[in-house]
Amino acid sequence: MKYIIKKLITLIITLLFITLITFTAFSVIPGDAAAARLGTNATPEQVEALREEMGLNDPLPQRYVNWLRGAIRGDFGDSYQYDTSTVASLLADRLPVTAILAVLSLVIIVVVSIPLGILSARYAGKWLDTLINQLSQITMAVPAFFLGILLTYIFGLILAWFQPGAFVDPSVSFWGCVSYLIFPAIAVALPKIAMVVKFLRNSILSEMPKDYVRTAFSKGNREGRVLYVHILRNALIPVITFIAMVIAEIMAGSIIVEQVFGIPGMGQLLITSISARDYPVVQAIVTYITAIVVIVNFVVDILYRLVDPRVKA
Amino acid sequence: MKISGKKKRNYNLIIGLCLTGFFLAVAIIGQFWTPYPVTQMDPTSVNLAPCLAHPLGTDNFGRDILSRVMNGSGMTFFVAICTVLMGAVLGTIIGALTGYFGGWIDEIIMRINDILLSFPSVLLALIFISFLGPGTLNVILALGILFIPSFARIVRSEMIRCKELDFVKSAKVMGIGPFRIMFSHILPNTLVSMLTSAAIGFNNAVLAEASMSYLGLGVQPPLPSLGRMLSEAQSYLLNTPWYALAPGVAIILIILGFSMISEGLRAWKR
Repeated sequence: MKYIIKKLITLIITLLFITLITFTAFSVIPGDAAAARLGTNATPEQVEALREEMGLNDPLPQRYVNWLRGAIRGDFGDSYQYDTSTVASLLADRLPVTAILAVLSLVIIVVVSIPLGILSARYAGKWLDTLINQLSQITMAVPAFFLGILLTYIFGLILAWFQPGAFVDPSVSFWGCVSYLIFPAIAVALPKIAMVVKFLRNSILSEMPKDYVRTAFSKGNREGRVLYVHILRNALIPVITFIAMVIAEIMAGSIIVEQVFGIPGMGQLLITSISARDYPVVQAIVTYITAIVVIVNFVVDILYRLVDPRVKA
Repeated sequence: MKISGKKKRNYNLIIGLCLTGFFLAVAIIGQFWTPYPVTQMDPTSVNLAPCLAHPLGTDNFGRDILSRVMNGSGMTFFVAICTVLMGAVLGTIIGALTGYFGGWIDEIIMRINDILLSFPSVLLALIFISFLGPGTLNVILALGILFIPSFARIVRSEMIRCKELDFVKSAKVMGIGPFRIMFSHILPNTLVSMLTSAAIGFNNAVLAEASMSYLGLGVQPPLPSLGRMLSEAQSYLLNTPWYALAPGVAIILIILGFSMISEGLRAWKR
């Protein structure tokens, strides 16, 4: 319990630290948001009035506190580039799309990589293991966006299994959206599958020489039973922590893959907002991404201790 | 680990070094000589398929793809080398000082390192670029900062391990200053780990640079860059798929080279 509270405090400090740094960074960037919003024809008085209205004249600490107060309530202010929308409404449209993509990728990763990792460890040193090893090394070297382009070409243009660019909004048809997102999810997942397979294989192999495995064998258990019942339970524990890293990688991968497949998600919003210098949106997305990464790490840390009582706080 | 018996050939290291060496040579040649000028447009030979005059075809402006891949890999290597160097030099200094002297600064810096390490490099690079603005120099700066923790960690743990060992103690007794001990006595021990880390760093740098350029946040046109070429090629995928294939395969082989080197180094260390 003490451990959880300690971790929770670290989590909050980390979030505050990162939002403070990004907020300060966006504030010291040259360029006047009010002037940019009014265009070149605005008089200095108009700009000054808008600055006052947007709160840009307040000292930095006060602005940060104001922003934080809003952010906790889910209010990230107004977007600079879209006059009529608030940041929160922009995010609300995009978030479900990215969430579906991320969950799909994670499911693909877990479903494919755990059996492959077990196979690879069971036949360690044999041809099957070598084959899986070589394949993972190659897939790890393929950037997600190039994989996306290849998938678009093969399955979109040649086989016409899906229509590139014809994204279906989840509010129109949830399953239509999911079926469009399957190929992007594969593009995100494939390089990470290789990572997990490798990690699980090594984790199982490092359990093999331990005493409890020998005991299990000497009690007359067969290889399959020892592997699936005794070893796997222990070998999967480190994989839990690894999954936290994989989720962070999925976030990074989906930002880029969204661009390849023309998916209107958080990643696409982030890229257009960076180019348009729409800082409230960028700030909000950066906060979201950090929060997800930090919270996932926190949850995994706690899970790790629950699953493995040997780890003491 | 077998003690007796013939040592297995380290194929990973050999193939990795060959691949990387080949692409490095191509990239260096590409800075001084390319079959065609890199930005020369030719309206009479647009979107050509690979042929004798243009071994990898031409793009939508009639520019020779082979020339652009050769020159663009140079940019990839340049960015990778700069970022890894920056990360290694700053990381070594920070790791050495914090590891050797310890204290609360050490505590704080390692906490920041932990935070940075829990983010994938592409994601952090994007966050940095979002306030530095797009451009090659900013990508180098962002990635360079990101690589500091991984080097700092290696050097720091080696400093802590060696601090109490006899060779450092005797050096101290001989009256050698702390900086000389850090950099000429302890640091050489970290060479293989540093090389492995550098190879992984190169791997990540190439991937991140290509991703940033693909998103239009890295190398700016008309300079060729592998990531940028891919994003241009995507619009012409249906009619000229080879345009996307050339820079894509180049990126994969460069990354594969570095990852094989890091695998090989790891096997060599044992």
